[in-house]
Amino acid sequence: MTPLKVSFRVNERDVEVATVAHRTLLDLLRDELRLTGTKECCAEGECGACTVLMNGEAVCSCLILAVEAEGQNIVTIEGLERGGEPNALQRAFVAAGAVQCGFCIPGMIMSAHHLLLTNPSPTRAQIQEGLAGNLCRCGGYSRIIDAVERAAKVER
Amino acid sequence: MTTPTIGQSFERMGGRERVTGTQRYAADLSFDRVLHLKLVHLPTARATIRRIHTRRAEETPGVACVLTADDLPQPVPRFGPAFADRPILATGETKFFGEPVAAVAAETKDAAEAAAALVDVEFDELPAVLSVEQSLDPKSPLVQDPSLRPADAGADTNVLRQWTFGWGEPPVSPHLVLEREYRFPMVTHFAIEPHVFVAVPTDTGITIVTPTQHPFVLQRVVAAALGWPLAKVRIVAPDPGGGFGGKGWPKFEPLVAVLALRLGRPVRLVLTLEETFQAARRTSARIRARTAFDRDGHILSQSLFTDFLIGAYADIGVRVVSKASYAACGPYRTPHAQVVARALLSHTTPSTAFRGFGTPQASWAVESQLTEAGRALGIDAIEIRRRNLPRKGEAFIPNDTPADGDWVAALDAAEKALSWKAPLPAHRGRGVALGLKSSSTASASLAIVRLHHDGSVTILSATSDMGQGARTVLAQIAGAELGVTPDRITVVMGDTALVPFDSSTSASRSTVFMGNAVTKACAHIKRQIRTLAAAAFSADESSIEVAAGSVTIGDRDAVSYLDVLHAAWGPPRGEVIGVGEERGGGFRADHPLGGRPEFWEFMCTAVEVEVDRETGMVDVTRLVLASDVGKALNPAQVEAQDEGAAVMGLGHSFMEELLLDSRGRIRNLGALDYRIPTIQDIPRELHSILIENEDGPGPYGAKGAGEGGILGIGAAIGAAVSDVTGVYVRELPMTPERIWRALQQAAPPPPSE
Repeated sequence: MTPLKVSFRVNERDVEVATVAHRTLLDLLRDELRLTGTKECCAEGECGACTVLMNGEAVCSCLILAVEAEGQNIVTIEGLERGGEPNALQRAFVAAGAVQCGFCIPGMIMSAHHLLLTNPSPTRAQIQEGLAGNLCRCGGYSRIIDAVERAAKVER
Repeated sequence: MTTPTIGQSFERMGGRERVTGTQRYAADLSFDRVLHLKLVHLPTARATIRRIHTRRAEETPGVACVLTADDLPQPVPRFGPAFADRPILATGETKFFGEPVAAVAAETKDAAEAAAALVDVEFDELPAVLSVEQSLDPKSPLVQDPSLRPADAGADTNVLRQWTFGWGEPPVSPHLVLEREYRFPMVTHFAIEPHVFVAVPTDTGITIVTPTQHPFVLQRVVAAALGWPLAKVRIVAPDPGGGFGGKGWPKFEPLVAVLALRLGRPVRLVLTLEETFQAARRTSARIRARTAFDRDGHILSQSLFTDFLIGAYADIGVRVVSKASYAACGPYRTPHAQVVARALLSHTTPSTAFRGFGTPQASWAVESQLTEAGRALGIDAIEIRRRNLPRKGEAFIPNDTPADGDWVAALDAAEKALSWKAPLPAHRGRGVALGLKSSSTASASLAIVRLHHDGSVTILSATSDMGQGARTVLAQIAGAELGVTPDRITVVMGDTALVPFDSSTSASRSTVFMGNAVTKACAHIKRQIRTLAAAAFSADESSIEVAAGSVTIGDRDAVSYLDVLHAAWGPPRGEVIGVGEERGGGFRADHPLGGRPEFWEFMCTAVEVEVDRETGMVDVTRLVLASDVGKALNPAQVEAQDEGAAVMGLGHSFMEELLLDSRGRIRNLGALDYRIPTIQDIPRELHSILIENEDGPGPYGAKGAGEGGILGIGAAIGAAVSDVTGVYVRELPMTPERIWRALQQAAPPPPSE
């Protein structure tokens, strides 16, 4: 396993990290950069818990090799706060009662964040489509839809 | 009097940490000098282990240890909450797919994984017992060695335990007798957080870090496995990322403890989701139901033969079977009842507690019978249930906790909310089912509440905040009792070195048991404040009234707690410590469950569906949940629990089932092949109704909640599907294929030319 260096931008900070060829971006974020807000569940791109933004696209960081992040711009859940305060979407998740155990929530919020970047006024059906790749096991999902709707109204 | 914090939907404590990614779950914690563990298992369920070659693995750079059963004390120590039947590592023979035969500890995850792949196991594959029928077949192999159960007359069978419950005399001439067989699949919890186990040797003993729902059960089991006193075993339980029963009972904690002590270093085991599937599941079941009715739809008799397929080790499976079977007849007047229940061993994943604790399996049968009987008798599905429901205070299981809610009101509310009698478009149908679950019986919760000298409060409680919002509710209770706003309250949980004993976070018991313990601890504080006030203000205790946050002495103006504390203590300061304990009705050796259920968890589930006859696809157009909760201390949290339970139940209703091959391997291992409901699978409309009559045994009349939504969902959907199609699918999940096949059998297509 030859050590490699990978340089990228994460949450508006430039980083250079030593890694190996088979390491995923998820492991790099969690184990090397200690950005543990991004979660691991299925490790095969099905549950969405590890969702981050890469150059503005929502991706499962478990499916991205660390070396693929070279030169890219990554945003994780830790990068959403503004001035040390949760942003409107994050606040809406709490206010709508969408957060239960919370393990899926960082990935869910990153997918919702991506949705609102591309579609600031989504319908409920569009929210469901946008979050279809994020599994939650505690709730009935409807409060998550409420939260995204609420955040979209605030942002408008 | 209801105080301002009760009945309000306070925002979830810990919500901010969860939306910003700063909440630390077990896998987010780091430990100095930690070794990473990888388990080695075989590609089959049952095999004789002949030899394990560990040398190549041991020579892998970074490997600290490769542990097999041969390295453990002999005979290999066994553990379990009910029976000490599970070895720390497989010994002699593997009993289920995923049972570890070796464990590799290494400096890095990569090294542990690489070395685990180099452990070479010589084994002889053996036939496995994988179904109810195989387990009962006298020709089948025994899952457990009879020597494990020397006192057990049935030790030479795969029936781990058998029970017969019942009462009354069989009816002489019933108008209608229905006899049907139902099946409920193996399903897995699929908490989004996979299981994590860490053991840290310390100067005073060992610390286990794991997101367990029951820290004090784990402390007991680990201490027993090590032969240590409880005081040397500390359990630290970070908030679980979902539990649902799957994180309740010990799994690999004894293994990580043994390794950490042997190596003198912290050891960390993070399971993959696939390994988590192999670690815990719901008990599958075959239920034969014979139900007799008079011509008006009154139940005359219920005979239930409940065969639950538990796994290779007992875990808590025996309790699941007995508890669910005892109350399997549901919330109905049943003049004659006979329940014959069996817990059957098999070479499968050890089954454990899972939301509903066996009741969803029983309800699937009992409620489906009622639906079919109603149709046969020409009685509406809601009406036949109404006719059989006991009224509040009426016993329906002789000599046990009577009906403790206005259950008919829940039925009426659901009927109204679903517009039960309104005409429906084509291909739409409706169904209803009731769910009744026995709550916690004999158990204990202790709480410590500390009133600090600035009037803020710390609650110490071993309840697990696993998503239900226990912190928030306990803070609301203490806030109401002591007149403190929740933002001045901290709730400390999940560390046996800090918090007092609690039986478990299970059976929807925490709001009632821990809630009462907190209430009593607050009352203890108030008594002490009265004494302090009497001394500080030279008054007679009988002249002092201590209310929430204020103290009145005789006819003087009320003063605050702070005034009393300052007057009593002066500059040295101090704090008031309240202790509360709730044991419910207590242990009763003569009761089949060891004690009466403290309350009944009751839910009415009503659905409207649309069925596509061409494909067998079902669309849930409306779902109504009406639960009898006594008092919702935080209504949004209660509704979220009900909704979540119902949507989880859509999983076993439509799509979830662990599929085994002939060697007992799980074929759909992982999120790609085992599907759970997504945000696109939810009902088009969902309506939660809370029936609140403040008639529960918990604080302010609360009952427990959180499991109700999953109890009857399968039967309600089955009823709605048969309302549309006229066919009954009696095996869950009702996949499109099963529905389509049932439709084809009922009305075969015309022969083609």
